[in-house]
Amino acid sequence: METLAQDLSPEEQFQARIDADIRIEPKDWMPEAYRKTLIRQISQHAHSELVGMLPEGNWITRAPSLKRKSILLAKVQDEAGHGLYLYSAAETLGTSRDQMLADLHSGKAKYSSIFNYPTLSWADMGCVGWLVDGAAILNQVPLCRTSYGPYARAMVRVCKEESFHQRQGFEIMQTLCEGAPVQKEMAQEALNRWWWPTLMMFGPKDSESPNTAQSMNWRIKRFTNDELRQKFVDMMVPQAEFLGLTVPDPAVKWNEARQAYDFGEVNWEEFWNVVKGNGLCNHERLQARVQAHEEGAWVREAALAHAAKRKAREAVAV
Amino acid sequence: MNQQEWPLWEVFIRSKQGLDHKHVGSLHAADAAMAMQNARDVYTRRLEGVSIWVVESKHIHASNPDEAAEFFDPAADKVYRHPTFYDVPDSIKHM
Ligand SMILES: [Fe+2]
Ligand SMILES: [Fe+2]
Repeated sequence: METLAQDLSPEEQFQARIDADIRIEPKDWMPEAYRKTLIRQISQHAHSELVGMLPEGNWITRAPSLKRKSILLAKVQDEAGHGLYLYSAAETLGTSRDQMLADLHSGKAKYSSIFNYPTLSWADMGCVGWLVDGAAILNQVPLCRTSYGPYARAMVRVCKEESFHQRQGFEIMQTLCEGAPVQKEMAQEALNRWWWPTLMMFGPKDSESPNTAQSMNWRIKRFTNDELRQKFVDMMVPQAEFLGLTVPDPAVKWNEARQAYDFGEVNWEEFWNVVKGNGLCNHERLQARVQAHEEGAWVREAALAHAAKRKAREAVAV
Repeated sequence: MNQQEWPLWEVFIRSKQGLDHKHVGSLHAADAAMAMQNARDVYTRRLEGVSIWVVESKHIHASNPDEAAEFFDPAADKVYRHPTFYDVPDSIKHM
């Protein structure tokens, strides 16, 4: 075994560890491409958590009851925490928080396109929790076993908190669906708007996703985009039926032979258009982020100055 | 740019009385008091802890993974440190 390991190149030894399901830790040797891909993937995920607070933050002051307001506030706070867990994991790969935020703010780094859609009614808070967090959970659960240790540990923490997010969203939908006809209409209207963008969250079709094979080999991705999308549809169609809502896709039909739902084709033109920055809210989201960052600059500076002053005072006292 | 960044801290949490503090992650804070408050807000939102330690990351010295084989080698050939190394006659009880 010893001699064998020495005959292998660093890349081969690295892949052998991954194949044996041995986690990679921050100071371990890793191929540059693995490091780069992970930094991109984890920071993109962190940015999504951060920007993801905006569409829901939009409704905190207008939540229909104190209970809903407390729940929404707690959920948004969780998302901030998720962003932090993930930024920390990315930092172990040698990038810095400032660099990642600069890339987000300059538009160089991407975040999930779903957050470039507007949240127009209270039912959207239901759809975001039920569908968007539901899709996120499907993406995230397999990542708890991803090959990079700090990323996997961050995902375990995230996943523990996500299920409340989805349940509170479903509860909002259920309450609306059991309410007055106008409330149920509101729920249906929100589902009509969110269904397709949520399917897009799983990314381009496998045939258009050239990096999938490498990412699967490195175990930083454990299912393909199309596999996850199918799982999502299979999970959600019965839930929509339970609510008495109709998924806005006439092609949705149970396929007995496949034991899965058939469904229609995503509008990929819309998908790429939003990715390129032309979605309804791309500009607004980024602007809100940059503004929050810039307006908080004096607080960050003051905290550092205060810490330095206190340190100096303590040094004199000793 | 990095001069503006708050220092990095490692967070350790005792999940309940009687257990060790365990590393849970890291965060940025201007000083220890802020690190403590942030650690509470980020890592114990669901009663995950009864005690928190925060340590500035730069104070942690880590062993080198590239030298792990040699470094931990002294323990590798000392099987007599384990109780299973010893044959105890069947008739001997309570050992
Ligand atoms: Fe999240
Ligand atoms: Fe969430």
